Amino acid sequence: MSAVAARLSARVPTGARAIGLIGVAFGFLAVWLALPPFEVRAQGAPVALAVIGLGCGAWALQGREWRAGGWAVGVAIVAVLIAAWAQGRSTTTLAAIVNAGLLASTLQYATPLGWAAIGGVISERAGVVNIGLEGMMLNGAFFGIWAAAWSGTWVVGLLVAIAAGAVLAAVHAIFTIHLRADQIVIGTAINFLALGVTGYMFIDVYGDQGTPANVSMVPQVSIPGIRSLPGVLGVFGSLNLMIWLLFAAIVLVHVVLFRTPIGLRIRSVGEHPRAADTVGISVYRTRYAAVILSGMLAALGGAYLSIGFVGSFDQNMTAGRGFIALAAMIFGKWRPYGAFGACLLFGFASGLADRLQQSADVSVNLLSTLPYVLTLIALVGLIGRSRPPAADGRPYVKE
Amino acid sequence: MSAPEAGSLFDRVGSALSARAEGVLLPIGTTVLAFVVGGLAVLAAGHNPITAYNAIFKGTGLNYVLPWTSSTDKIFAAINLQQTLIETTPLILTALAVAFAFRGGMFNIGGQGQYFVGLICSLWVGLHFAGMSRPLHVFLAMLAAVVGGAVWGGIAGGLKAAVGAHEVISTIMLNWIAFYGGQYLFELGGPLQGSERSVPKSNPIAHSAQLPAIWGDLQPLHAGIFIALFALVVYWFILHRTTLGFEVKAVGFNPEAARYGGISVSGKYIAALAISGAFAGLAGSMDILGWEFSIATNDIQVSQIGFIGIAVALLGRGRPVGIALAALLFGGLQVGTSTRALDPTVFPPELAGNLATIIQGLIVLFVGAELLLVYAWRARRTRTTPPPRVSASLQEEAL
Repeated sequence: MSAVAARLSARVPTGARAIGLIGVAFGFLAVWLALPPFEVRAQGAPVALAVIGLGCGAWALQGREWRAGGWAVGVAIVAVLIAAWAQGRSTTTLAAIVNAGLLASTLQYATPLGWAAIGGVISERAGVVNIGLEGMMLNGAFFGIWAAAWSGTWVVGLLVAIAAGAVLAAVHAIFTIHLRADQIVIGTAINFLALGVTGYMFIDVYGDQGTPANVSMVPQVSIPGIRSLPGVLGVFGSLNLMIWLLFAAIVLVHVVLFRTPIGLRIRSVGEHPRAADTVGISVYRTRYAAVILSGMLAALGGAYLSIGFVGSFDQNMTAGRGFIALAAMIFGKWRPYGAFGACLLFGFASGLADRLQQSADVSVNLLSTLPYVLTLIALVGLIGRSRPPAADGRPYVKE
Repeated sequence: MSAPEAGSLFDRVGSALSARAEGVLLPIGTTVLAFVVGGLAVLAAGHNPITAYNAIFKGTGLNYVLPWTSSTDKIFAAINLQQTLIETTPLILTALAVAFAFRGGMFNIGGQGQYFVGLICSLWVGLHFAGMSRPLHVFLAMLAAVVGGAVWGGIAGGLKAAVGAHEVISTIMLNWIAFYGGQYLFELGGPLQGSERSVPKSNPIAHSAQLPAIWGDLQPLHAGIFIALFALVVYWFILHRTTLGFEVKAVGFNPEAARYGGISVSGKYIAALAISGAFAGLAGSMDILGWEFSIATNDIQVSQIGFIGIAVALLGRGRPVGIALAALLFGGLQVGTSTRALDPTVFPPELAGNLATIIQGLIVLFVGAELLLVYAWRARRTRTTPPPRVSASLQEEAL
């Protein structure tokens, strides 16, 4: 009993760290107050809370608690900005932006990122940096809709997308693993190739017409019992199949990576390939499998974009999402859950931008910078705490 | 780089000659191979690759220099060649932006964003201060572009120095921020939108800020080509004749050794990316001061100059002459595949534009692998094992 108490008390933060965490709590409280359903339109309350949070954060920073203090300061600043913006807006405008629909679009925007990010996790855990995720997504997006339109069914679309991602990833694997070329240069080549090939085929197949309007789409999974639930929970009653599959894939990748011998092999190849080789693990074969799998997953993210979300294809439609997924992977410390958490953050930024442009009078282009700005800020927030697998990016030379 | 080789003087001269030949023959071989594979794509779309490439070559205007071109053909060739050289000018500079960072061990994919920022800064100076003397106005506009590009590149360098954020991700994010931010400036109601209220386009810059025309009258070649060529000299001078260049190269070759030798590694990261950004920013000012004069949102959407610079730098192996020739090749490819220059009855320009992207991707892919072939070849000749660190050797050999 006392042992449990001792362990608990050891876990409860004290001193500057505790104050920093309290500051974070005050900041979030301020954000919450500034937005609907609360009717506090005066800036006073949220700003006051944010100032308290800011003070706590400053105190924590003074005590060299960089992480908690930094978060407290960051959240407080965001709260003040939101409060300033929310003042003078009518409650109905705000409610139109911050509602269950925001969660739905957060999930929609996070899903393509999520697929690519777990692909990146697998590849980099095996020691191969995959900058080509962007191109593999784009390949999946084009070939997914192309096959769905040609066969009339989305199942074939997904399968062809997976194959298209795998082929491109295999090129990446051959050049980086066997030929030991620079992984970043080859990844860049992959992105160029995918951009050119998909653009070329898009024009060649569809011309000026664009993809057909009545493509077979990945269906929504409708769960009547949950859909009728009020508020945020109701969103889960009607989600795209690919979103549910992503949830399953994230759990699966986590379990495989951290709870099975296969995962141990993948990670050992990424951390210390020489040692893995010594105990009889084939470094090359493991890396090939990991890179090709990552291409398949990224392609599924792209396919969701074209035949799950938008319903059409456009040249370069992934628009840097592969790179945001890479940032999410780093932010999530090369772990599936963490990476998806970061994807949700970026999805939220995109969803918010989307809804702001519908409801409030803000420039679409200006709002479109939001996810990218957020990615940069997230990178800053890492401050040396994100450590890649030891052999990430290093080609392995067999003795 | 390589240890002194045993053997007679004759052998040593021979190997020096073959090393020189590799530096010329391999890029040519790479290019030819990329065009051959690209030709398969032309064939797949149901066109004859030889006639398509011939039409693209005619579109570049490079047939102007061929002695058997008739004088009537020369009139059209001259117009196309002026376009090709106009495209070559910024490509040299964005390639330098990639090449310089590469020497510092970094991969600057942010040339596109740095180009946009330079272009916008230059435009702003060009719109203001009308009535200033022409040399001063042009100089100020170029200076603004250099500073803007340096800041945009320096942000990525600062992030790498301060928190270890990988420059590939941060520069890609900065690209998209510049892309959407730039469109925001010129969109309807945007801060820099011109007096024609229904067109998302800026006003033209003052006449005093325009670079002088030197050849042709339709859309004449401007003096910027000399500035780009001069920048090649500056690039070579900084790298090989200054302490800063030495330190950047040292950091690129081995950051740990450089730190041990008393070089401020993080300072060099910032300096290298800032100088890179300055080159790319200058590229932006060449386009706006030389021939565009005003910017529409559409100009930002279609620009690929920064990305093509990556392929130019890699193909040119980071050497001034190589970059100049590779920029001419890719500048020609851009013009030769454009709607303006390419005969649509021979090969549709929409396809050809994507073909150009495919060829760029293939060149980057083959350049990445080519270095390994060189090492494998040399290793066989000298019976020594190749250096294990491929990325370091890539910097040394390619750039």
